[in-house]
Amino acid sequence: MSWRNRTAASSASGRRRGAGPSTRRRMVVVVGVLSLASLGLVARAFDLQVVRKQFYQDQGDARFLRVMPIAVSRGTIFDRNGEPLAVSTPMMSIWANPAEVLENDDRIPALAKSLGVDAAELKDRLAQRADREFVYLRRQMPPEAAQAVLDLGIPGVNSQREYRRYYPSGEVTAHVLGFTNIDDHGQEGLELAYDDWLAGKPGAKRVIRDRMGHVVEDVEQVREPKPGKNLTLSIDRRIQFLAYNELKNALVQFEAESGSVVILDAKTGEVLAMANLPTYNPNAVRGSVPSQRRNRAMTDLLEPGSTIKPILMTAALSSGKFTPTSPLIDTGGGHWFFQGHDIHDTHNWGVLTPTGVITKSSNVGAAHIAMQLDTPLMYDTYRAFGFGNSTNSGFPGESAGLLRVGRDWRPLEKAIMGYGYGLNVTPLQLANAYATLADGGVMHTPTFIKGADSEPKAIVTPQIAAQVVKMMETVTAPGGTATTAQIANYIVAGKTGTAHKASAGGYSKNNYTAAFAGMVPASDPRLVGVVIIDDPKKRSYYGGMVSGPVFARVMEGALRLLDVPPDNIGRWYAGGPLQSPNGLVGNKPPDDMSVDNEPIEDATP
Amino acid sequence: MINALQARLYRFARRMLTRPRIDLPLAAGLFVLACVGLATLYSAGDASLALVGGQAARFVMGTVLLLLVSRIPPTVLRSWTPWLYAGSTLLLVVVAVLGEGRGSIRWLDLGVMRFQPSELLKLTMPMMVAWYLHPRQLPPSWKDMAVVGVMIAIPAGLIAEQPDLGTAVLVTAAGAFALFLSGVAWWRIGLLLAAVGGMIPVAWHFLHQYQRDRVLTLLDPESDPLGNGWHIIQSQIAVGSGGVFGKGWQHSTQSRLEFLPEHTTDFIFAVFSEEFGLVGVLALLALYAFIIGRCLWIAMEARDTYSRLLAGAIGMSFFVYVFVNGGMIAGMLPVVGVPLPLVSYGGTSAVSLLTGFGVLMSIHANRKMHD
Repeated sequence: MSWRNRTAASSASGRRRGAGPSTRRRMVVVVGVLSLASLGLVARAFDLQVVRKQFYQDQGDARFLRVMPIAVSRGTIFDRNGEPLAVSTPMMSIWANPAEVLENDDRIPALAKSLGVDAAELKDRLAQRADREFVYLRRQMPPEAAQAVLDLGIPGVNSQREYRRYYPSGEVTAHVLGFTNIDDHGQEGLELAYDDWLAGKPGAKRVIRDRMGHVVEDVEQVREPKPGKNLTLSIDRRIQFLAYNELKNALVQFEAESGSVVILDAKTGEVLAMANLPTYNPNAVRGSVPSQRRNRAMTDLLEPGSTIKPILMTAALSSGKFTPTSPLIDTGGGHWFFQGHDIHDTHNWGVLTPTGVITKSSNVGAAHIAMQLDTPLMYDTYRAFGFGNSTNSGFPGESAGLLRVGRDWRPLEKAIMGYGYGLNVTPLQLANAYATLADGGVMHTPTFIKGADSEPKAIVTPQIAAQVVKMMETVTAPGGTATTAQIANYIVAGKTGTAHKASAGGYSKNNYTAAFAGMVPASDPRLVGVVIIDDPKKRSYYGGMVSGPVFARVMEGALRLLDVPPDNIGRWYAGGPLQSPNGLVGNKPPDDMSVDNEPIEDATP
Repeated sequence: MINALQARLYRFARRMLTRPRIDLPLAAGLFVLACVGLATLYSAGDASLALVGGQAARFVMGTVLLLLVSRIPPTVLRSWTPWLYAGSTLLLVVVAVLGEGRGSIRWLDLGVMRFQPSELLKLTMPMMVAWYLHPRQLPPSWKDMAVVGVMIAIPAGLIAEQPDLGTAVLVTAAGAFALFLSGVAWWRIGLLLAAVGGMIPVAWHFLHQYQRDRVLTLLDPESDPLGNGWHIIQSQIAVGSGGVFGKGWQHSTQSRLEFLPEHTTDFIFAVFSEEFGLVGVLALLALYAFIIGRCLWIAMEARDTYSRLLAGAIGMSFFVYVFVNGGMIAGMLPVVGVPLPLVSYGGTSAVSLLTGFGVLMSIHANRKMHD
């Protein structure tokens, strides 16, 4: 009670003179309250800045420190002469923080226009993802187009560097190279097979980003970027173009569905060219269908038909029962009714030497030879030439083909196996088998990498291989089935094949696979080629007529490009090479050759 | 005649500048604070010299006003008080009328500068309360308290209508402080506080939605981390990550990277805390404590009721600014637009604060005149 009296008493004097007791009391209270409040502030500051400091520092760091990837460019793929086949070009991807962009939604039309997308659609997309902080608006734009977007200065719109694969040769090399996905990883072909080598390792860096997501400063490199390594292929881009163009022309000419060309280096097993049709544009994969993207030369199976006969002949010579000239084989008037099945030739060739069987492509002859061979020898020879096994080229999705085990062969099966039915091979396997004959019976693993010669395997003696090659030379010589495969000034050894296409429940009567497999120059083969043309519908369906000329034109160009010395100058003319005032001009074989002498293999069970 | 007037004005100006009646400790404290303020502003404003220059110009203007006011004796100030109060309240009415149909308006554009009439009330309000209570028997009666209540309520209501709740509360507080210092009996204070407490639910009803959100967000900032909670969360992160010694001048990441909103104005204390840490915060609070303490000392020494109540109210108001701003950036109080005195960027605030200190200087200078 006393404070009240004092207050009342002091107030009068307080008005006139300095602070009275009441105000002094009040001041003490005030100072006390203020001190308490200040203490509260200090305690709070202590709590935030000392006790929970780490939490808030982490929270702060979490807001601006980000680990961002450092894009690395994928290795370039070169052809064997250093021409680029697949290159990585820097692109910019535009991304946005949707919430920020939506804050300025009056700018969305301008943004959409520069991105080349529909404004309403863009807005919807952003609205749907408004709870996220990162949304791609458009990936892999050309740098200058992306810069135009950034120049709009719309908050929340940012860019990110990426690399995009570009294939200068486009559809020509599409199947071999394959393609990459939007994240720059191989999806098909060699891009997939060598992805680890080509891709490199993206680095990572810690950066400071402001609220808008702009990188303000690079703090440190977390992981060093390792750019992808380059890859040099065995492919020769010039031969590849040649093969592609000739195949394309033939497909148009004969109205065929599809086709493949494989060119190997006989000495190393390197793939110099591998072209398929139909194809696709690897720079715009989205527009293609799976059937266009198949590398038919390695994935598609076909029955080799008569192209198997040189392999059969290799087994025959190895058995010691046959030589190129003996014994004589009676083709029995062009028909052999064997186990209720009519094995027949196109003509009655009468009595043939083993060479003649190759020259005329006699099915009856081949069946007779096969039946005289021991099954294990025949099976082992086929197997040794790589049929039924993957070539180990390392190509993704390569097919192993199909060759039944020899002890399971029934007699009829063995007979027709002699002329190439009842087994499935890929064009590459066929090419590899021919390459083995070409290189003196030594097999190389086919490879797409320049200089990657694996351990060669001797399959047959060089003598036998040379004899078989010699026998195959007669195929393109006058009287053979493939005079169209002749190349001026070079000896061509090869074999045609015209096989009925297998279809549901048997063989199709009117659908054929036209094949030619061969090697040049036959005296010391450098190049081996296989041309497969599937289902030619117009003009002809014979391997010699359809595929032989493709082989000849591709090889002619390849021999010139590789500067292979001719081994056959003037052989076609008794009078020797043609001369002109400028010297040797080569020659052209006569056009009046009989070419319609290819046997038609009939349907077999 | 005109020459004589000119001569008088000249002499007045000369005296003012050559023999200013200033309190040196208070002036020194303010000077140091202004320097700290400019340095912090330089950092928070991304080293913008234009920003710092503009603020420095306002300090100069405020200092001139301070020197001018310090020459005016408290008795003269007292005699002007009703007019100043009426004038500033009238300006509030003008703003309210001009702002009709245009949403929120707080500014008057004078052509040269824009200024906030509500800032004037921070000074004229305690002056008016002190003026009213000066000749009366203290402690004040219920009747006097009611009159003071009306004096406070009219401008506070106008300001709250703008709507600027923060300033309304501060203006109310300035008047209430003057009343409190006049020695209102504790039981009456208790009754008043109880009544105010009872009014809170009613007041809640009249608050704008965004004002309610701010209060609710304070209770749980995480409920709206990108909206209203953003300020509080970012500010607390800034303060907390400063640690004991801070990140160093110009190294506030929260401010530099624009996570912290309003980092040159209302949230500049957060920038300061991040850069200078607990040590800096304590030093700055000590500086404020010194200035406030000096204000209260001047109030104690004041010659009459008017001076005492006014000086005390100004000092306490100054404390409230610091406390409300500090509490806001530390996440203890709701986000209200209260700048950190003499540190936050903002013209009217700095000028009116310095003018208020001019009044204090005058009171100090005249403490023993009629001894």
